[in-house]
Amino acid sequence: MNLNPMEQFAVKPLIAEPLFALGGHPIYFTNQALLMIIVVIASSLFLTLAVKPGALVPSRAQSMAELSYEFVGNMIHSATGEDGLRFFPFVFTIFMFVLCCNFFGMIPGSFTVTSQIAVTLALALLVILTVIVTGFVKHGLGFLRLFVPKAPFGLLLLLVPIEVISFFTRPLSLSVRLFANMLAGHTMLAVFGGFVVALGAAGGILSVLSLGPMLLIIAILLLELLVAFLQAYVFAILTCIYLNEALHLHDHH
Amino acid sequence: MEVAAAKLIGAGIACVGLVGAGIGIGNVFGSYLAGALRNPGAAASQTTNLLLGFALCEATGLFGLVIALLILFAF
Repeated sequence: MNLNPMEQFAVKPLIAEPLFALGGHPIYFTNQALLMIIVVIASSLFLTLAVKPGALVPSRAQSMAELSYEFVGNMIHSATGEDGLRFFPFVFTIFMFVLCCNFFGMIPGSFTVTSQIAVTLALALLVILTVIVTGFVKHGLGFLRLFVPKAPFGLLLLLVPIEVISFFTRPLSLSVRLFANMLAGHTMLAVFGGFVVALGAAGGILSVLSLGPMLLIIAILLLELLVAFLQAYVFAILTCIYLNEALHLHDHH
Repeated sequence: MEVAAAKLIGAGIACVGLVGAGIGIGNVFGSYLAGALRNPGAAASQTTNLLLGFALCEATGLFGLVIALLILFAF
């Protein structure tokens, strides 16, 4: 039996043959790709089928879909104001993708897509590129005023480098936050799972003691469900806040 | 052999950065609760700031964890 807690994060090709080669680099169909396809299909099917009846008194599935729609809509409206609602499809897609990846990862034996830094970094870079393009399209070169707060000249020498650094560490912190939370949570679950197996196999009184970590796993699992939702929410709201800065610079909306 | 041991010790020390994240997150939520109990009317409008503070605070601590992982797996 393998008790290595990092085993669950291994990306394995499901088909031995590479699908195609990209610039001489073989591209495989991995368990990560399979999970992402499942997540996209499941969430789009749920959202489209649930709202299809369009009932005045919604069913449970329909109210879940409508609730998520309103939740993200309110979030964007409160963080970026009226003109941020143009970005609703973008933010909603990111929120639902991260949320469903986190929740599908909680199923025992499945694979957590968001525990791969490659995935979260790609999402974060997408967000930052959108912010930069939006800023330059809306303000032209005036977007660079984002790095120059209202302050006396002496302070600006200090503040401008800080603003620039804080802007460019955003993709890093955005991706690392999601990745590290998922990695740490699932590693912790696997470590406690290892305790249960080791104690249970020891025999005698120790087997009875294995109930302790077992109950603890249930508590941690509930905490992880909260973290899975919270991290998706934080990812989405930070996207909104960055978009707000690109749309309104330092003025308040 | 010494290099492998030093790597493990270094990774362990790098994780100490998470202490600061723990203190910071506690501070963020504690201050929010203290403020929210004094002025419950303004509490709902500050949840965005609360989560932003929590997220920024946590990210700085997690950089320490990333350094630990880099030491263990990248060098």
